[in-house]
Amino acid sequence: MRPADRGELDSLYFDYSVFPFRRAPELDGSEVCHPVIIAGAGPVGLIAALALAQQGIASVVLERKNTVNDGSRAICVSRYSFETLQQLGAVAPFLAKGLGWTKGRCYYRDQLIYRLEMPHSEHERFLPMYNIQQQFIEQYLIDKAAAYPDLIDLRWQSAVLDVHNESDGVALSIGTPEGDYTLRGQYLLAADGARSTVRELLGLRLQGDNLPGNYVIADVRMLHDFPTERRSFFESSGNPDATVLVHRQPDNIWRVDWQILPQDDPQEAVREETVRKRVQAILEMIGHSGEWELEWWSIYTANTLCLEDYRHGRVFFIGDSAHIVPIFGVRGLNNGIADAVNAAWKLAYVLKGCAADTLLDSYSPERRGATLDVFRNAGKSSRFMTPPTRGYALMRKAVLELALTEEFTRPFADPRQVQPYTYQQSLLTTADVDGALFNAGPAPGAALLNHRLGEDDYLLDHIGTGFTVLHFSDQNALSEDIANLFAALREFDPQLEILRINVTPYDGSEDGRVLVGTAGNIRAGYDGVDGSLYLVRPDRHVAGRWKSADAGQVIAAMQRVLGGA
Amino acid sequence: MTVKNTLEFVELEQVYDLLAQAIDKVGKDNEALFLGKLCITLAHRVGELDSVKDSIRIAAKQF
Repeated sequence: MRPADRGELDSLYFDYSVFPFRRAPELDGSEVCHPVIIAGAGPVGLIAALALAQQGIASVVLERKNTVNDGSRAICVSRYSFETLQQLGAVAPFLAKGLGWTKGRCYYRDQLIYRLEMPHSEHERFLPMYNIQQQFIEQYLIDKAAAYPDLIDLRWQSAVLDVHNESDGVALSIGTPEGDYTLRGQYLLAADGARSTVRELLGLRLQGDNLPGNYVIADVRMLHDFPTERRSFFESSGNPDATVLVHRQPDNIWRVDWQILPQDDPQEAVREETVRKRVQAILEMIGHSGEWELEWWSIYTANTLCLEDYRHGRVFFIGDSAHIVPIFGVRGLNNGIADAVNAAWKLAYVLKGCAADTLLDSYSPERRGATLDVFRNAGKSSRFMTPPTRGYALMRKAVLELALTEEFTRPFADPRQVQPYTYQQSLLTTADVDGALFNAGPAPGAALLNHRLGEDDYLLDHIGTGFTVLHFSDQNALSEDIANLFAALREFDPQLEILRINVTPYDGSEDGRVLVGTAGNIRAGYDGVDGSLYLVRPDRHVAGRWKSADAGQVIAAMQRVLGGA
Repeated sequence: MTVKNTLEFVELEQVYDLLAQAIDKVGKDNEALFLGKLCITLAHRVGELDSVKDSIRIAAKQF
C-alpha cells in the first residue's frame, strides 16, 4: 500500500520498468514442448531460470504482472544466498547496492539488553546478511536473465489459467492480452508465491499452523544516522504493547515493523493515518526528530505452513508456493532461493541424461526438511516475538526483565537468523565414515565453507557449476589410481571441476586446477592431508568426504547422487 | 527421580520465610512475574534439566 496521493508503483526511490507483452509463438500455432516451464518471475523463479540456463537448460518463465514487486518486501539476503548469486555470476550488482551487516541490538523498555553478533571470519568473502529491497533483487535477476536470450524466455502478462499434470509432461493454459494458448513442457516449477495459482489448480493445500500475530511492515525515507544493524524493541516507549523491528535499506529507506495485537482490527491497522501515527511514535523512540516520508506498507501473518510433498508428478513447488514461514530470521526468500537451486540442478542433470529420474525424488525430502527445520527455529522466535498465551507472555517478561541486569537470559532475545540447512539425512548423502578423523571442514550434507586463499581470493571463487572435487595432495604428479578416478568422475559429469590443493605451486592444467595448499592454510580449514577428498554437489553441498580417498568409495558416492545412469 | 544435593530442612525453612516475605513485598500484581523470574534463575543455577523438569511436574501436580 502507498499514501493516498501516490499510485501503486509511485515509489520514492525505485523506477518501475513496465515490461511489454510479447506475442508467444504458441499463439501462432507452435507446439514446442519446452524442457522446463517456471510459473512466477519473482526472485525464486528467476533464480531457478538462471540456474537452469547455467546448465544449458532452456526455460519459459511466466509472469502475470508487467513489472517487479510493488514494494521492498523481502529485504534480508543471507551470505549463503550471496554465495549462490556468485556461483550464478550475478552477485556484482547485489554487492554494489546491498547494505551488509553482522550485528544487531535488542532493547527492552528502551534499554539495550542484547548485542547480536552473527558468525563471521576472515575466511568469508561475504557478510552474514545484506539488506536490499526486493524490487532491486528482481530487477538485477531480470537483467542477468537477459544474458541468456536463447535459454530464458521471460513472458510478462502471461497468467496460468489451468494446469494438467500428465505422465510425460505438463500442459498449461496461459491467458494473455492477445488471447489464450496451450503451453507444453516436460516439467513445471511453481514459483508463483504464497497464493500460488498452480497449487490451487492442482487442488493442494498448505498444512500447518497459523501463528497468532499480524505485523505491519512500513518503509520510510529519512536521513537517519545509524549503522546497518537489526534493531528489535520489546515494550518500547514508541509501541509499549508490541514488538518493533527496525532495519536499514539502501537509498535512505528504513523498514519499520510492528506487531498488531490480537484484539486490534487489521483493517484499521493499515489505514494510512494509523500507520503514520505508529511510525511517528517509533521514530521518536529511536531518536529521529527530523523529516520522514512514508514510502510503502503492507501486512503479514506469522504462519508455519507447507505442502506435504513439494513434488506432484512433474510439478515442483519452490519458494512460498511450497511453504510460508514467519518473517523472523529472514528465511522466506533465502530458503526459496535454496529450493530453486536444488530443483534446478537436479532437473538439469536428469534432462541432460547425466542422472536417473530418481534424483528428482530427493528434492522434496531435502527441501521440506529445510522447511521443517525453519519451523522449529521460527516457531521459537515467533513464540518469543508474539507470545501466544498468558504463560508465554509472563515468561517472556520474566526473561526480558532479568536481561536488564543478568547475562544468562539475554540469548532469549537472539532472533535465530537463518543458517544453511544440512542434507545429512538425505539419501543422496554418503555417510561420514571418516568423520572421526576430520577435525574440521564441512561434513557430508553441509554446504562448503568458504576459505580465504589470498588477497581477494577465496575457495568458492573457484568451484564449478557442476560437481566439484577438492583433492588434497603432497605430490604434484597424480597417482594412476587418482588419475583414473578423476577420469571416471568426468564420465559421470563432464562439467566436473577438480580443485587440487597441493603443497607447492604446480601447473597441472591437464588434470585439474591447482590451488596452493599452503594458501590461507586451507588444509587446516578442511583438515585435508595427502589423499583427502571432498565430493561436492552442484549446489555446494558435500556429497561425501574421505580422509584418504578410495576410488571405489568416491564413485559409489557419485552413483548414490546420480542414480543408475 | 533421585535428587542429589538437596537443602537441609533448616535451610529450606529459611527459604520458606524469604519467599513468603518476597511475595508480600513485590505485591499481588507482580507475584506471578516474580515467581517466573525466580524459577528461571533457579533453573539456570541448578544446571540439571531433568531435575528442573521434575520440579515443574511436582509443582503442577494438584492443578
